[in-house]
Amino acid sequence: MIDKSRIQYLEQLWSRTHFLLGDEACAYGAIYAGCDFFAGYPITPASEVAELLAAELPKAGGLCVQMEDELASIGAIIGASWTGARVMTATSGPGFSLMQENIGYAIMTETPCVIVDVQRSGPSTGQATKPAQGDVMQARWGTHGDHEIMAFAPSSAQECFDLMFDCFDLADIYRTPVIMLMDGEIGHIRESVTMLEPSTVKRASRKKAEPGEDLFGGPELVPGVMHYGEGASIHVTGSTHLPNGMRDVTTPRVHDELVRRLYRKIDENREKIIRVETDISTGGNARIGVISYGATARPAYGAVKAARAEGRDVDFLRLITVWPFAREQVTDFARNLDFILVPEMNLGQISREIQRFADCEVISVSKIGGVPHSIDEIYQAIMEAMR
Amino acid sequence: MTEPRHRLMGYVREEIMPHRFCAGCGCGTVLNVFVNAVDELAMDPTRMVCVSGIGCSAWIPSPYFRSDTLHTTHGRPIAYATGVKIMRPDLNVVVIAGDGDIAGIGGNHLIHAARRNIDLSVLMVNNMIYGMTGGQVAPTTPLGVKTSTTPHRNIEPPFKVAEVVAAAGASYVARWTTYHVFQLKKAMQRAMTKKGFSFIEIVSQCPENYGRRIGLKTGAELLRKIKEQSVRVKKAQEMSEEELQHKIVVGELCDLDRPEFVTQLHEVTKEQVESFSLENAS
Amino acid sequence: MLVKINTSFCKGCDICIEFCPTDVFEQSGTLNRKGYYVPVVARVEDCTGCRLCDLLCPELAIVITEEQGNGDVVADVDNDD
Repeated sequence: MIDKSRIQYLEQLWSRTHFLLGDEACAYGAIYAGCDFFAGYPITPASEVAELLAAELPKAGGLCVQMEDELASIGAIIGASWTGARVMTATSGPGFSLMQENIGYAIMTETPCVIVDVQRSGPSTGQATKPAQGDVMQARWGTHGDHEIMAFAPSSAQECFDLMFDCFDLADIYRTPVIMLMDGEIGHIRESVTMLEPSTVKRASRKKAEPGEDLFGGPELVPGVMHYGEGASIHVTGSTHLPNGMRDVTTPRVHDELVRRLYRKIDENREKIIRVETDISTGGNARIGVISYGATARPAYGAVKAARAEGRDVDFLRLITVWPFAREQVTDFARNLDFILVPEMNLGQISREIQRFADCEVISVSKIGGVPHSIDEIYQAIMEAMR
Repeated sequence: MTEPRHRLMGYVREEIMPHRFCAGCGCGTVLNVFVNAVDELAMDPTRMVCVSGIGCSAWIPSPYFRSDTLHTTHGRPIAYATGVKIMRPDLNVVVIAGDGDIAGIGGNHLIHAARRNIDLSVLMVNNMIYGMTGGQVAPTTPLGVKTSTTPHRNIEPPFKVAEVVAAAGASYVARWTTYHVFQLKKAMQRAMTKKGFSFIEIVSQCPENYGRRIGLKTGAELLRKIKEQSVRVKKAQEMSEEELQHKIVVGELCDLDRPEFVTQLHEVTKEQVESFSLENAS
Repeated sequence: MLVKINTSFCKGCDICIEFCPTDVFEQSGTLNRKGYYVPVVARVEDCTGCRLCDLLCPELAIVITEEQGNGDVVADVDNDD
C-alpha cells in the first residue's frame, strides 16, 4: 500500500533527469521502494545516504532520525520493523562492525530490515575516504552463530537505485535482514539515473499470519507475521524460541529446527534470490574467465572487452547477488575454463569462495590501498594467465 | 487442592507461571507492582509494547507480562523502543531492564533518550550487581563490596543513575526500592501517563548474587537493609555527602513539562509533506 | 479479610513474614512440592487489609479477599520509614 504523500512525491521525481551519487541513488531507491523509517549515524563514505534521506524522506511522509551510534541505529530500525514499517540504516565498515550483533538479532527474530554498507578501506579506521571491498566476508559471517544472509553489490549509480527494490522486497518476503553491499567507489560515483513511473512500481509485502497462528515457525519455511498493536501479544526474542516465540534455550531439537529453518529459507530459495550477469565470448572457445562484482566489475569488464578486441576469447560473470553465493552459476561458468581471474578490492575474499565451486584454477587479482583496479592492470593479469 | 488465584493473573503469561526468579528476588515484586499499576490505570495491554534487554530483570516483561514484547540484545532496549515509539506513537512503550543493561552497556542510549525526551517509560531495576552472569561488579555496585570480579573490594564509586537521567533532560525521574511498593506503583503510573522520557530507578534485592556476598542470607534480610538505607529526597538535601555514603535516596527527582521528541518529529515531517504539496500544486 | 497463600507458587522467601505490620504470617515448617518452606496465615484476625504483603510478594502468591460485608477497609499502609 503506497500512501498519497509518497505517490505525490514520486510523481514530481521520476520524470526529471537525475545525475546522482551512488549514495543518493540508493537513498532515492529507498524512498521509491517504500522506506518508512531510516535511522543512521554519520560515517564516510555513507553519510550522503543519511543526508539525502533526512532532506527528502519527510517530504514523502517517511521518518528519519540520526541516532547516537550505529548500535542505536540498527536497534531503532528493528524495533520499528515490528510495527510493520519498511526500515533501513546505512553505514560503512566501522559502523557495520558495531551493528553485527544486532544483525544476528534480526536474523534470529526474522525481522525484515535493510542495511546499507558502503565499504571503505579497513581494518579499523583504515583509509576512511578510500573505497574497498573488504567487508564481503563480514557481510557473510560478521555476526556470530550459524546463519545465511543476503547481500547485493551494485556496480553503478543506477544499480544502487534499482537494487533497493530487491532489498526491501526480499527482506519482507523472507523476513530477514538484507545487506546492500556498496563500496566507496560506487557510493561516490556520479552518474545519470533513470527512475520509474510511480504507478508501475510493484512492492512485495510480508505474508500476514492468521490470528492465533505461530509467528516463528510452522509448516512453511517463512512464517507469516503480525505486528505490534494488533492484539497478538507477540513475544520477540533473540534467544532460541519455539514456533510460538516463547524461549526454549535447552532443548537441542528446538534450536536445531529453528536455526536450520533460518538457513534453509534463504538457501532453498536461492534460485529466486541470486542474480548474476554473464557475457560469454562469441567464439565460445574461451579457456579463461573473469568474475567480479561491485565497482571492480567495471574495469574488469573493460579488460575483458580489451582482450576480446585483440581476438582473445574471455568470458565474464558479474555477481550482483554476493550472498547467498551463486555456486551453481559459478560451477556452470567454470565448466570448460582453465582459469578464472577474480579482481576485487580485498585480499581475495570472493576468489576463495569461487575456488570452492569452480573446477579450474582461480587466480586472485587483489588490490588494496584505496585505488580501484585500472582496466590495464586487469588486462595485464589476463594476458599473464594466458601465457 | 486448588490453589488461590491472584486477581491480576490475566496480566501475566499464566501458562508459564510460577516464574523462574530466585526465591526472594525483587524482580518478582517489580512484576507484581507493575501489573497492579497497569490494572489501576485500566491500561489495555494490547496497546502496550514492553521492551527489555539481557539480564534477570529483562524477564519481567519478557516472557511474564502479557503484551507485545521485544527482548533485545544486551544494552539496546531503549534504542529498539525508540524505533517502536517513532512508528507507533499511539502505543504505550515501556522499557523494563536492569542496571547493567540500561546504565552499563547501554548507558549511551539512556542519556540520549533522556536528552531527546522521547515518550518512553524506563523502569531500571537496580540490583547493584550482574546477577544473571553470577555476581560480577556492576556500575552500580557500592564501594568496598567484594564481587566475583572485584574479589578484593570494589574501588569504583557507584553510578547515581537517576540523577544522571534527570540532568540529561528527562521529564520525570524517581527512585524507589522494592520495599516502597505503594510509592513505586504511583511512580509507575505517573511514568506511564507522563508525556516525555520517564525514568524510575528501582533499587532491588538479588539475594543469590549480591545479598550473600555482603553477608545477608535471604531476600528478606537484604530487603530489610535496603529499607533501612533509604532516605527521602528532602531529608537527603540536609545531609552531608559522607552521611549519604551508604544511603539510597528515594523519591521524585523531577517532574517537568518539556517538549517531547516523537511529537516534534511527526510535526516536522507533516510540515515537510504539506509544504512539498503546496510547492508542487502550482 | 481472607488471606490465602498459593503454596505451589510460594518459594518461601519469608518477605511476607518479615514485613507484615501486624505479624499475620509465620513459618509453617512444611515443605511444598518444590521443597520450599511455605509460610502460613497464623493470625488472619489481625489483618488490616493494607495489602503490603500482596504487593511485596515476588510470586504473586498472596491472595487477599474481603469477606462479605466487611466493607472498605483496604488502605495504603504507611511504609515510608
